[in-house]
Amino acid sequence: MAEATLSVRSRTSDPLPGFRLALFSTLLWVGLIVVLPLTALIVRPWQEGLGAMTMALHDGRMFAALRVSFFTAFIAALINVPVGLLLTWTLVRVQLPGRRIVDALIDLPFAIPTAVTGITLATLYGPQGWLGKPLAHLGISIAYSTAGIVVALMFVGLPFIVRSVEPVLRGLPPEQEEAAGLLGASSWQTVWRVVLPSLLPATVSGFGLAFARGIGEYGSVIFIAGNQPFRTEIAPLLVVVRLQEFDYAGATSIAFILLVASMLCLAGVAMLRRRVARGLITGVN
Amino acid sequence: MSALTRWSLVVATWLIVAVVLILPPLLVLSEALRDGLPTALQSLADPDAISAIRLTVEMTVLSVVINTVFGVLAAWLISKYRFPLRGVLVALIEIPISVSPVVAGLVWLLLFGSQGWWGAALDHYNIHIAFAPAGILLATLFVTFPYVTRTILPLMEQQGRDAEDAATLLGASFWQILWRVTLPDARWALLSGILLTTARAMGEFGAVSVVSGHIPGMTETMPLHIETLYNGYQSVAAFSMAALLAIMAMTTVGFRAFFENRARRAALAGDAGS
Amino acid sequence: MSVHIEKLIRRAPGNPDRILLDQVSVDIPDGSFVALVGPSGAGKTTLLRSIAGLDPHSSGLLTIDGRDFAELTPRERNVGFVFQNYALFQHMTVAKNISFGLDVLPGRERPSKAEIDGRVKELLELIQLPNLGNAYPQRLSGGQRQRVALARALATNPKHLLLDEPFGALDPVVRRTVREWLRSLHDRLGLTTILVTHDQEEALDVADRLVVMQDGRIVQDADAGELEAHPATPFVMEFLGETLTFRGTVSGGLFLPETPHVVPFPVAIDQDGSAVALIRPHEVRLTADAGGAPVRRIGSRYGLSRLAIDLNGRIVEVLGASNEQIFPSGAKLHIDAARLFRDGALLSMKDGRHAAAA
Repeated sequence: MAEATLSVRSRTSDPLPGFRLALFSTLLWVGLIVVLPLTALIVRPWQEGLGAMTMALHDGRMFAALRVSFFTAFIAALINVPVGLLLTWTLVRVQLPGRRIVDALIDLPFAIPTAVTGITLATLYGPQGWLGKPLAHLGISIAYSTAGIVVALMFVGLPFIVRSVEPVLRGLPPEQEEAAGLLGASSWQTVWRVVLPSLLPATVSGFGLAFARGIGEYGSVIFIAGNQPFRTEIAPLLVVVRLQEFDYAGATSIAFILLVASMLCLAGVAMLRRRVARGLITGVN
Repeated sequence: MSALTRWSLVVATWLIVAVVLILPPLLVLSEALRDGLPTALQSLADPDAISAIRLTVEMTVLSVVINTVFGVLAAWLISKYRFPLRGVLVALIEIPISVSPVVAGLVWLLLFGSQGWWGAALDHYNIHIAFAPAGILLATLFVTFPYVTRTILPLMEQQGRDAEDAATLLGASFWQILWRVTLPDARWALLSGILLTTARAMGEFGAVSVVSGHIPGMTETMPLHIETLYNGYQSVAAFSMAALLAIMAMTTVGFRAFFENRARRAALAGDAGS
Repeated sequence: MSVHIEKLIRRAPGNPDRILLDQVSVDIPDGSFVALVGPSGAGKTTLLRSIAGLDPHSSGLLTIDGRDFAELTPRERNVGFVFQNYALFQHMTVAKNISFGLDVLPGRERPSKAEIDGRVKELLELIQLPNLGNAYPQRLSGGQRQRVALARALATNPKHLLLDEPFGALDPVVRRTVREWLRSLHDRLGLTTILVTHDQEEALDVADRLVVMQDGRIVQDADAGELEAHPATPFVMEFLGETLTFRGTVSGGLFLPETPHVVPFPVAIDQDGSAVALIRPHEVRLTADAGGAPVRRIGSRYGLSRLAIDLNGRIVEVLGASNEQIFPSGAKLHIDAARLFRDGALLSMKDGRHAAAA
């Protein structure tokens, strides 16, 4: 056997057929549908020139809208934490009558299209609505105010908290709580010192997901928000307004900030999950 | 846990569930049927309503088919091969989930809008993407992009490659392996991913709203038509359409829960057997 | 020659510095039954998968029937492969699993449905599961799955059958029957069989030839008798069975053990110096010796007594011929049957003969 043929022969191709086809189609698909449009979003602001960008960044209305979006998303996610934990706890640990129904209903906000959610919540909490009217008697108005935005974002964010925490709570060995009880801890101490710390990473990641969803949310919010510039105008709506004004630079700069913010949130959640998975912080994965 | 604590938890939970999760769908039905079922159905027979329903169905079917075909190929690529920048590819596929729907619509205007990169040029050849069904399709494709891949990828990774290798050695071609070996094993997950894509596609509002131009009878999907009706104070018609859309979406999601259950049971049976 | 491998190198994917197969050369003639053995991580499964074309090699030559492997399609390679976990298609019936290789043939080459059904029936009878054609793999026991995997690999009449730890998941009794059945199948069908196992006894039982691997290299490639008589390295000897080790020196044609109560014996070796003697417990002979090493019986195996001998604190266990051999006052050890190694290699005798053959 000739030595030459031995030394040069090298095969690295994978024996499983289809690699090229799958690679090519995937690159095409990802390239056309994801990379190309996002490139446009990243490149476009620079094309408008520095002047347009500085103008866009000096827009007080934009900062107000971003503030409204971030603030309401944060508050809604924050309120959802205790509510979500309560629901998860009863769902997993208490023999809840109608447990299966509640379990199915939790996913409702995922399932209902956002436009439907939007007009429904606006009607429900509106001045003549089933909840809006009695609340108005108490002097509380929700629709067409910041509170309305928070209510809408709570609705869409609730499943994130419950579905993040639920598997972790299910995986917690009950022996842990029994051990705490045998060591003399009261049930509140057990919950506060033993259970909640184990649920913390999952809760934070659910919070992050709900928050990320909240800052970008559009359909379920605009009907109930009132949409007054500087007060109840959310950032995604301002993108639409700017587009209607053919102010692409303005729209693009807000969109860019929203994109970066939600990606940072999700990157944070992903990092948290990896750390949990590697056992660096507490939590059952 | 004392009986008192337990009962207060149960009551609190049901109270929250009732106010937050049960009232809204009830309200949709009640508003839709305020003037009786015939009126509600009549409002759905309006030509603009019918056109919206048809457009929604068309866009949903198209985006589901396209995203399923490419999504399956992407999941195959990622789960069966090791190659450089594989992680980057996974991250790219996941991106659309985190993007605000409005941004998902805007990006297409940046490419194909009148002030977009190629909008004017394409207009010249009489190709219209922004404010036309093509734009709606692109926006829907973007928004529903990751779901099929995301749903089947974990399963396909867990299945490993032995069955595929065995099929290769037995002389099967790529399509034969995909069609006869890989997909049948992942069929419940695939179905679940397809249904999730369907539900998302038919309900998408923000992204579609930005690219569609809201031309009634032309570029209005069901969610957009709901907005138009609602803002036009046609409450019964708006809620009738909302009820129809919600029922479609919830049925899809309900089927999905059913199939996921099957998938879980199939997986358990498989585990028990091996 | 049937399968010919020359200087095969495979590097770990993604880490080219890690070499999984290092210059592996081996010939596997038609009709032979070869076992690749070695501890886990030795590279035996990698080599098997390379022969099947599943793990492409980085360099080297691999030919099947004289044809370069790279130019052959999986079908032309004519290789049947049985995976360690069987890799049965879970959603197909046993019959569909078996017929898969025929079902995927292009239309022109595919046998008729009746022919395929006939072949499946034939194979189901061959694997002694004639009634399980409609069962799904989940329902089968481990041994049954193993046989289905084998039938699936055989359906296309491959000349070469590759098996990766095929008996690993079976219980010991089933293992033995499947092993014998596989050997008879090999002989009946005239196959060339390559088997990977980490169980040396299994390999010795079933294979004509053993390829012993360690750290990605082939240490020795020989039949059972040759491996036993002339193990290339202490590792081969130890891997193939229970081994006792005695250090010592070769001097003036004698091996002088360091261990007390072990009798020096003559060796036909010129180069004096330190050496290691390795011997199987049953090859040690004991003779009575007043003041020798204390002997204690601690059990028995195959009708032989297992004796623990105290060599000034070091306990060695040997197999004594029978119960009557009791050494109340002590014993000395004769290890003339030992193989001698120096620097990790076997020392050969001057006359080409080896101590073990004596």
